[in-house]
Amino acid sequence: MSEGVATAPTFTRSTTLSRVAGVLALILLAVLAAAPWWGSRAELHLFGEFATYLALAVLWNLLAGYTGLVSVGQQAFVGLGGYVLFTFAQNLGVPPLLSIPIAGVIAGLAAVPVGLLVFRLQGAYFAIGTWVVAEVFRLGFAQIAVLGGGSGTSLTTDIVKSISETRDGREAMVYWVSLALGAGSVGVVYALLRSRIGLALTAIRDGEIASSSLGINIVQVKFLVYVLVAAVTAMVGALIFLQKLRISPDAAFSVNDWTAFVIFIVVIGGIGTIEGPILGTIVYFLLRYWLADYGTVYYMILGALAIVIMLFAPQGIWGLVARRFGWSLFPVGYRMHWTG
Amino acid sequence: MEWVNAVVQGILVGGLYALFAAGLSLIFGVMRLVNIAHGDFIVLAAYIGWGVVQMLGLHPLAALIIVVPAMAAIGYSLQRLILNRTLGADLLPPLLVTFGLSVILQNGLLQVFTADSRKLNAGLLETASFTVPPGISIGTLPLLMFATAIAVIAALQYIFYRTGAGRAFRAVSDDREIAQLMGLDNGHVNAMAMALCLAVVGIAGVFLAIRANFDPSFGPSRLIYGFEAVIIGGLGSLWGTLAGGILLGVSQGLGAEINPGWQQLAGHIAFLIVLAVRPRGLFPRIEG
Repeated sequence: MSEGVATAPTFTRSTTLSRVAGVLALILLAVLAAAPWWGSRAELHLFGEFATYLALAVLWNLLAGYTGLVSVGQQAFVGLGGYVLFTFAQNLGVPPLLSIPIAGVIAGLAAVPVGLLVFRLQGAYFAIGTWVVAEVFRLGFAQIAVLGGGSGTSLTTDIVKSISETRDGREAMVYWVSLALGAGSVGVVYALLRSRIGLALTAIRDGEIASSSLGINIVQVKFLVYVLVAAVTAMVGALIFLQKLRISPDAAFSVNDWTAFVIFIVVIGGIGTIEGPILGTIVYFLLRYWLADYGTVYYMILGALAIVIMLFAPQGIWGLVARRFGWSLFPVGYRMHWTG
Repeated sequence: MEWVNAVVQGILVGGLYALFAAGLSLIFGVMRLVNIAHGDFIVLAAYIGWGVVQMLGLHPLAALIIVVPAMAAIGYSLQRLILNRTLGADLLPPLLVTFGLSVILQNGLLQVFTADSRKLNAGLLETASFTVPPGISIGTLPLLMFATAIAVIAALQYIFYRTGAGRAFRAVSDDREIAQLMGLDNGHVNAMAMALCLAVVGIAGVFLAIRANFDPSFGPSRLIYGFEAVIIGGLGSLWGTLAGGILLGVSQGLGAEINPGWQQLAGHIAFLIVLAVRPRGLFPRIEG
């Protein structure tokens, strides 16, 4: 090609860094998938819990970070998923693992009328409206005697044994489902953000009025994401209570466990990015490892950390890293190169 | 007669809910801020009241003389030091910062006061009652609570529409930038609004503590009751919060009459019905 002749720019999405990160992520996933053969039971529990929190964080981030729907009521769908699993497995005799996707479908259907109601509220009032719905679910399930009412219920041993005869087999099975949901949530959100809907979501994140003038039906896109997030959140919830084998209204619809900590994870890691929730989940588990003995003080530190980050580094830890080094492990945008 | 009684008691409790709601409505009106920790501040006020009564041996209502200014001072500094930094076009920072505050307050109270439930003892006031028409007994305390709610809302209404401070609130509410150009210090005006809000929260907290047992986990549901009263009444309407509080109180009273487990649920359902049928509330005033 002769010098001095300008050619058209080329566009790429991935970088060397993101390709390396992608390969490393797949290797890590393979190593983690083999954990039942090399890890202890405690390690399996830890990794499984990590995967469920990762999934919740990625989902909340998709909702709040990209569509601006700040929900503090996602525990409604975590708990609903858990209760659907218990109802189908315990009362209707459906295999527990099959009950997980059923929980997703039912929560997705429930999210439609719930969404129609809470979408009438704007901004911060939307947030508290979602919380009211979660309270209604909690109080409502406490009234259902066949599900144990206010004190809850446990899965019976024959149902637990239907997953696998041995305890190790069961633990491995539940662990693989956790891993699939954790990694799957990251994968689904990554794929979604690279799609046409992702383009619309990024446009909405960066400017609602401008994106609406470009022909994006904001309400429709937001509603779609709300229902999708509700469905997957419920599948994660079903899994969480399959791990615990016991459910009660207070545990199922806990605002602290399923929303507050998840919000802190996303804010600390970096809201509105894919990498942020992953980094945030790692930070959360490290902090918990070091500080969990301090009980209430640990929660206060977590809250204070989230406040400090929101005030002084609203892009979170990943935002600081990305700005400093220009890194992007999960590129969803395009980079332009001039060749010639 | 039992049902009439439930309605009367519900109306009176509605006064307390209006006290929860009035402060929320005020600061939303002035700076479009929703304080997720609002309910936890109500509980904080209850604990401050409890501490004052323990230390000075005052009657709980006399403790208001200390609790109300203390809460106002907390409100002023909270707004100046933290919340003013979060205000802007993005609604996420104030929401998440107040959510963090809520967790800090709840766990801080748990750390200091343990999970034991406490109560303020107001002596004779708690049991005194009179019977108006036969069969309906009205407690002096609930009636006092209701009268206080009316007085507080009338005072807020007066401050908001008849005083210089209220003019500043309304100016900042209408247009922050122009208000600043006209020489108002927005940071100070916001802080004054938050001080006023938490002063009302101080009153609400002491009444909460006299009326029933409380513990550090009580905050979120008080926030939700206040929020429901605001939305039922109509955003931005102070008298609307009283109507919202009453509707909520009556629904809860009737729910409890059907089945004790239905008390809170009935209140939430009444709220959702209003949201479905009249999303702008009963007496809407400002754009959300």
